[in-house]
Amino acid sequence: MRSILTALAASTIMTGVAFANPLSGDMRIVSDMSNPAPRAVMEGLVADFGEMHPDLNIELEVVDRDGWKGQIRNALTANPPDVINWYAANRMGPYVNAGLFEDVSDLWGDIEGLDAVKGALTIDDKQWGVPYTYYNWGLYYREDIFAELGLEEPETFEQEIANCQVIIDSGRSCYAIGTKFLWTAGGWFDYMNMRTNGFDFHMQLAQGEVEWTDQRVRDTFANWRKLIDMGAFLPDHQNYSWQEALPFMVNGEATAYLIGNFAVAPMREAGLTDDQIDFYQFPIITEGIPQGEDAPIDTFHIPSGASNKEAAREFLKFVTTADVQTKINAGDALGQLPVNAASSVDDDEFLNQGFEMLTNNAKGGIAQFFDRDFPAEMASVGMEGLQEFMVFPDNLDDILQRLEQARQRIYAQ
Amino acid sequence: MTNAPVVPDLHPPAAKRGWYKRNEIAITPWLFLLPGILFFSAYVIIPIFQSFQVSLYRWDGLGDLSEQGQFIGLGNYRELATDRNFEISLWNNVRWLFLYLLAIPMGLAIALFLNQTVTGIRLYKSLFFFPFVISQVVVGLVFSWFYLPNDGLLAVMLGWIGIEGVNILGSPETATYGIIAAGLWPQTAYCMILYLTGLNAMDPEQIEAARLDGAKRWKMLWYIIIPQLKPATFIAFVVTIIGALRSFDLISIMTNGGPFGSTRVLSFYMFEKALAEFGFRMGYGAAIAVILFLIMLVFISYFLWSMWKDERAAR
Repeated sequence: MRSILTALAASTIMTGVAFANPLSGDMRIVSDMSNPAPRAVMEGLVADFGEMHPDLNIELEVVDRDGWKGQIRNALTANPPDVINWYAANRMGPYVNAGLFEDVSDLWGDIEGLDAVKGALTIDDKQWGVPYTYYNWGLYYREDIFAELGLEEPETFEQEIANCQVIIDSGRSCYAIGTKFLWTAGGWFDYMNMRTNGFDFHMQLAQGEVEWTDQRVRDTFANWRKLIDMGAFLPDHQNYSWQEALPFMVNGEATAYLIGNFAVAPMREAGLTDDQIDFYQFPIITEGIPQGEDAPIDTFHIPSGASNKEAAREFLKFVTTADVQTKINAGDALGQLPVNAASSVDDDEFLNQGFEMLTNNAKGGIAQFFDRDFPAEMASVGMEGLQEFMVFPDNLDDILQRLEQARQRIYAQ
Repeated sequence: MTNAPVVPDLHPPAAKRGWYKRNEIAITPWLFLLPGILFFSAYVIIPIFQSFQVSLYRWDGLGDLSEQGQFIGLGNYRELATDRNFEISLWNNVRWLFLYLLAIPMGLAIALFLNQTVTGIRLYKSLFFFPFVISQVVVGLVFSWFYLPNDGLLAVMLGWIGIEGVNILGSPETATYGIIAAGLWPQTAYCMILYLTGLNAMDPEQIEAARLDGAKRWKMLWYIIIPQLKPATFIAFVVTIIGALRSFDLISIMTNGGPFGSTRVLSFYMFEKALAEFGFRMGYGAAIAVILFLIMLVFISYFLWSMWKDERAAR
């Protein structure tokens, strides 16, 4: 276990556990942590919180993670629960603007160690929820195949392309990817754009301040196209989900995967050992631009129609305390990164590398991911265009025109 | 009953009959219909008019329409007219409508083939009927594996005759046809069952008479069998058109509307715009739904009209 500022951690634990008045009544939580490991974490959280407040009757309802994305709006309006799961940044925008999320700015005054991620939970200078975990993105690759071909982790785009040529010559694809559900293509665009034009430009594009037909955007696509034209990506990727593309990496037909840390667990389950997989940060394309990274934050919120807001607030405080954060994000629990600066990151090869990268090597800034930084509609139109570009790069002009049209309409509202 | 008069009173006092008793014949059917009418209005008729209303607003589906919604008149429809994705979806709907009708002749052919008395014919019939019994989701999954590039059965079979690299669901030109083919599998089975029942109710005397007159093969089929199957054909037509317009689950399972939106139909596009993960345009979705409703209305009116005509002829 790596401890950062152990003393501070200890003090936070003390304040975090001291509750003034006992909670009572019912509290209903709807969670989207439906995969086996996250589900166990959520159930553990509820059990621990229930032990601290024996008079509180907690009802936990776990719903399918992808299904929840469509159900949340009904859940918020008809008989809303007291606590729900959602995502940070623009992804919570529609619900905040419709007044369906509770303003929890008061909580942020009580919680220590969350300053780094405050921006992602802020809309109109108020905070609308609390984070409980985040995870880094990057290139997960087959260490054994790299060794076999005599390749090193690349640091620049030239090295990346040179590596990729060797991999293609050996009869493999450089990158596994499944774009059936589109968002994986968004990850590639995030990185190509943040490395070509920088984090700040990427955010301007997300906020609709730059035209999609801008030359800088074209530069990004030109760099991306170099890889597409080489045949770097898994063929027929438009047919696969990200999970369906994993076997290509597992059986060695593709050597790397640009994906979030959540992919490590299924890779290990599929039989790859830690000697066979490793991680490197997305290489530098334009010299001198500080690297921006995707590190999406998952969150808890209180619906504004909740009935037991007092208990809900205590629960939100509870999940953000340093020791709880350490526990739920450990390698055998969520296997992700804790958001509280006073918690410690579990000693896992990939968590260590990811944490190191985000702390020391993401000077450009931390992005939330394409479908959370861009407004919902721009994200869906955009990701469809990105997928089309990956299959038919010649359609680029047409795609950019369409995205620009969409931008003018969406941001004008 | 013991006090009943021996001679029935033919002129009972009129005042004793209540209002209900007097109008019983006229009112009772409406009383029986009432629950149905109530539910049908609440869940079908009123929502249709609500959709018309919502389609005139810009509204994200959160909060109240009258507070959060912004009235924009026909703005959504004007945007639809220039929306290329809408155009693609509309054309796909047309493809579905026409190609799905192939299920009718195919179902008839199988029904004629299976309409014989051989040992085990019941087993063969149920095997042919099987695809209609299993869920559309399963049909979609089976076909998407069948179409898989490289590993799918289709790719393997095409490999035998030297055709490589066919990706039915991954190419915008072929994906829609691939899904329609999957949809035809259960739909053909449905039409087959309808025709098999029709063939059972065939009038043997007419066939006998035709045979005596020397009608054989195609002439027999065209002039004697098919005219008698007219009710079955009508029902097969209705269910196939409705099936084609409801083609949502197969698309969702097999391609999720992709690649890049080329397999969407109107119902799927409406779902994406209004209700799905990134869909916050309730007004725009309602406008698509209204267009889809108008298309359906053409068929619904035709069906109702021809049923009404038949009923009159029968009287």
